[in-house]
Amino acid sequence: MLLTQQSELLDRVPAVQTAGARPPGRSTRRAARRLLGLGWILPAVVVLAVFVYLPLAQNLGFSTLEWDIYSGTQEFIGAENYQRLMADPIFWSSLWNNVLYAVVSLVFQVFGAIVLAAVIESIRHDRWRRGLRAIYFVPSAVSLTVAGLLFYFIYEPNLGLLNHALDAVGLGAWAQPWLGQESTAMMAIIAMSQWQGFGYSTLLFAVAIQRIPSELYEAAAIDGIGAVRRFFTITLPLVREMTGLMIIVTISGAFQVFNEVMVMTSGGPNNSTQVLGTWLYRNGFVRNDFGYAAAIATVIFVITLAIALVQLWINRRRRVEW
Amino acid sequence: MVTRLTFAGAIARVFMWTFLLCLVVVVVYPLTWMVLNGFKTNAELFGNPFALPLQWGWENYAAAWNQGVSNYLTTSILVTVTSTIATVFISAWAAYGLARVEIPFSRAWATVILGGLMLAPTVALVPLVKMFQGMGLYNTFWALLILYTAFRIPFTTFLIRAYMIDLPREVDEAAEVDGASRWTAFWRIILPMCKPIIISVVILHILFAWNEYLFAMVFTSGTDVQTLPVGLTSLMSKHGTDYPVVFAGMVIAALPVVILFFACQRYFVKGLADGIGK
Repeated sequence: MLLTQQSELLDRVPAVQTAGARPPGRSTRRAARRLLGLGWILPAVVVLAVFVYLPLAQNLGFSTLEWDIYSGTQEFIGAENYQRLMADPIFWSSLWNNVLYAVVSLVFQVFGAIVLAAVIESIRHDRWRRGLRAIYFVPSAVSLTVAGLLFYFIYEPNLGLLNHALDAVGLGAWAQPWLGQESTAMMAIIAMSQWQGFGYSTLLFAVAIQRIPSELYEAAAIDGIGAVRRFFTITLPLVREMTGLMIIVTISGAFQVFNEVMVMTSGGPNNSTQVLGTWLYRNGFVRNDFGYAAAIATVIFVITLAIALVQLWINRRRRVEW
Repeated sequence: MVTRLTFAGAIARVFMWTFLLCLVVVVVYPLTWMVLNGFKTNAELFGNPFALPLQWGWENYAAAWNQGVSNYLTTSILVTVTSTIATVFISAWAAYGLARVEIPFSRAWATVILGGLMLAPTVALVPLVKMFQGMGLYNTFWALLILYTAFRIPFTTFLIRAYMIDLPREVDEAAEVDGASRWTAFWRIILPMCKPIIISVVILHILFAWNEYLFAMVFTSGTDVQTLPVGLTSLMSKHGTDYPVVFAGMVIAALPVVILFFACQRYFVKGLADGIGK
């Protein structure tokens, strides 16, 4: 066994064999073999270094520059972009919109989804369970772009479903240009996003609930414990891990929102639906103010990294606990 | 007492089903509306939005198809297929290297590769545009292939690695007894054993690549290199008032993944569950 291993190694790394004056000892062979193992991770490391880590580092540098796209000049201005950011009311309203996004999504796509998943899983007929889960998931299979465009039309004042539906049930007075006015535009986008995403998290919670041993529920039912109490004493504690994960994923996603806002309003009217992602895009690629866009990117970086580190910390603590 | 309990139970059940079915309507009706609008004329669309189309013709679908959707679809398929292959192979190699091969500084490499999980694509956007312009890859198919691969490697590696770690040690030893090289062991033994997780990551990557918007929007502009999500928004701005064509385009864009979902629902659900980390 050792022989085949060695001869093969010699076959494959002639450089190592000829490099040393004395015949390579067992430890050098082993070191060579370990080095050779790096070949497996090399493609991933190179691709990540060039296209993920390098631009990330460059971004930090860019954020300290005043960058004139027309003359091509770059001037170091230190923290000035960040100072501008702090004084920019639209930056703050964008950040607030991201927070709003996170909060509403937590309510519907995490806590709403747990309840919905529990209700679905309590249905006796397997066919109904599967059917409901699948139907609720369809909006998530339809992309955010398609869903965003669809709701653009649903909110549209003239041909839109929403105003016509309100009209049909006698609430015509409530009809309004949902995406066209500052007071409702952001909530309209967030509502679309809930429609698009709740089935996804419901499906995941349903999977988590299915992993709970049914004996627990049976025993509780025999003891005369009602459905609501079963939910709080069995379901909720036992899907805690999934809940934690979904909270993190949802918050992190809320700070990276871009697609639906771009498709539905591009940040308007009057910048009322700008989020960090679209504000970055507008500054970087519409106004060509790269330095300022890079500063916004750094803010997104810090926020998402902080969220990820919290997740790591929670994971580690849990591992110790167990 | 018993009758009152069941009465309350019955009420609760009625509420539950009413709620669940209302939710079904809220989900299904907008989607049905979208499909129906693809068959209407513009006049019908602006007339009564609840009405059924007067004639069931495929004109709008044909128009959408000819006005760029066929190009967008081709690009989407091409980008999705190639980036799935690239991502899965590069990630499977990396996962194998991290999970089952002795390499120097293994933990540090794992941090480098999996650490990418924490980074939002938005953050690298500005430098990436400069970089791709410099390399002449801006507004090409290659830009999307590279970006979709690079930004999904950490996640995909993470999932495959977690699966590979759980495979028994004896597998590698048996391969060595048989005189198989690492390379053979990977292809013939380890990779086939990872089939369940490979299916999951393939589904997750398809879902990602088919629907991705940020990179596609920033890095492509011509009809011949745009993917469906971006193409749809250009269709919308180009034919601003011919909405039925836009609806037809939306249906064409949405259909493949919806079909994929219903066709292999079991794998799909498992894939999503794996993706969120069990």
